[in-house]
Amino acid sequence: MLFKKNKQIEVQIDEFLDLVIKGGLIFKQAVRYYLQGRLEEFENHLKELNDTEEKGDDLRREIESKLYLRTLIPESRGDVLGLMESSDKVLNQTTENLLQFSVESPVIPEELHPVFLDLADYAVNASEGMVKAIRAYFRDLASVRDNVNQVLFYRKESNKSAEKFKRAVFRSELRLSHKIHLRYFAYHIELIAEEAEDVCDRLSIATIKRYI
Amino acid sequence: MIWFFLTSGLFLGFSLGANDAANVFGTAVGSRMVRFKVAAAIASLFVLLGAVMEGSGTTETLGRLGAVNAIAGSFTVALAAGLTVAWMNRARLLVSTTQAIVGAIIGWNLFTRSTTDIGVLSQIVATWFLSPLLAALLAILLYLLFKRILGKVRIHMLRLDAYTRTGLIIVGALGSYSLGANNIANVMGVFVPASPFKDLPLLGSANLHGTQQLFLLGALAIAAGIFTRSQRMMYAVGSEIFKLTPILALIVVLAQALVLFIFASSGIKNGLLAVGLPPIPLVPVSSSQAIVGAIFGIGIIKGMKGVNFKMLGRIASGWVMTPLFAALLSFIALFFVQNVFEQEVVHHAIVPSAAARPTAVAAPADTLSIPDTIQTITTIPQLEELQ
Repeated sequence: MLFKKNKQIEVQIDEFLDLVIKGGLIFKQAVRYYLQGRLEEFENHLKELNDTEEKGDDLRREIESKLYLRTLIPESRGDVLGLMESSDKVLNQTTENLLQFSVESPVIPEELHPVFLDLADYAVNASEGMVKAIRAYFRDLASVRDNVNQVLFYRKESNKSAEKFKRAVFRSELRLSHKIHLRYFAYHIELIAEEAEDVCDRLSIATIKRYI
Repeated sequence: MIWFFLTSGLFLGFSLGANDAANVFGTAVGSRMVRFKVAAAIASLFVLLGAVMEGSGTTETLGRLGAVNAIAGSFTVALAAGLTVAWMNRARLLVSTTQAIVGAIIGWNLFTRSTTDIGVLSQIVATWFLSPLLAALLAILLYLLFKRILGKVRIHMLRLDAYTRTGLIIVGALGSYSLGANNIANVMGVFVPASPFKDLPLLGSANLHGTQQLFLLGALAIAAGIFTRSQRMMYAVGSEIFKLTPILALIVVLAQALVLFIFASSGIKNGLLAVGLPPIPLVPVSSSQAIVGAIFGIGIIKGMKGVNFKMLGRIASGWVMTPLFAALLSFIALFFVQNVFEQEVVHHAIVPSAAARPTAVAAPADTLSIPDTIQTITTIPQLEELQ
């Protein structure tokens, strides 16, 4: 009975992390559709990402209440709940970014598309690395460090791409309001990687605590 | 009158429940892996089962326990031991019930001028040092083993949680069973000859014997002690000496169980003898001392960080004070029971005074034929079974 309940939560945690991965992939594809001007497909992806985020929220709440009500993993419960909440923030940030594309319709000059796509890719890679690190935290503590290092790498790359994008924007002939608008988008995509890094910082401490 | 004398046995049972349940479930409750109510329910159930199913089988123990050969003496000795444990528990110290009983018996020996076998006594006292040391060593070895295994086997945290929880409950239940089986005879054994209970027919041809009913009563006293007074001690064991994680809690309980097994295993003793090594004496040891030793061992391997030395010092001082206090209390109480309440605390026909037997102490224990000396030799190790 106890094993069955624990197995059920184990599956739910994996499902939640799958949703974070799925959210990143949808975001990446949706940005591509946006830049290609395929707005209908973009909107479909936005809707799908919204659904994914809602499912993620529900699942997270369910996991949290089960962990508390059944007093499971007493020593690590606080850390696990913190990790779930902060990785949910990454998913929320991803969704929020895509929604901003839909609402504000930023005009991104074509020559900046490759840098912008790089930025989106690195940010999503960072969130994927974060998910791998969290999975390792549950099963294989020794590989947490490797995955955390990957996240740090992608966060740095996303910073570099964001900087490159912003420099290019502010050296262009665009209107200042347009420049600031584009900077805002670069900054928010960069935030996905920053949030993923924060999760990994928390994860590193939680991992030390789990070593017996 | 027997009902009145029974109260001291029940009180000792109550104190034993309050103190010793912490040894079997303290780390599980302290590490929040098992809720106190669940632990108390499992411990009480298995103490009852152990007491009723196997407690009556310890007739040998009961016979040897007869060294305190008058019921008023037994009442006083049990009362002194019970009061000592209760007092120490009140000071939030995990004490050894064994030490309390040994101290109280020595108090009786001194009061009645019976001989205390120094050889047997020193063997018992040696285990008071040896068992925590061995428990610490085993805890360190188990820690290294667990660390190696958990580093290689990739078990999900939640599954590991379920395994650890199950392990803690199983070890706790087994510990409670042996607590009931071994200790009930010492708590209620002296009252068996005067048991007021008659055999009670159960379903079919099964009977609940009078002795079993007596032990059931004693086990209920232990259960009452567990439910009402053991919670504080459980938290003290599980978190105050060194903050234990669930896995460490399991390691500590396993180390304790192994120590109890090693000191009770004739197989290990014979094995050591066969390879020419000195054997481990087959003396049942204190689970309180073993559990504290194991927790300290974990503290050592974790670099001594987080070890509550103040608490440890208090527990160690409790171990010194317990037998001394119990002996003193027993001696004083026996004086009052004999001279104020005019109760017979010793049958002098069986236990002549030491002054009348000048050769008894000097002669080798196994060659003596004086009954009280034989009784003293056999009684003290048996009383050690309290733990």
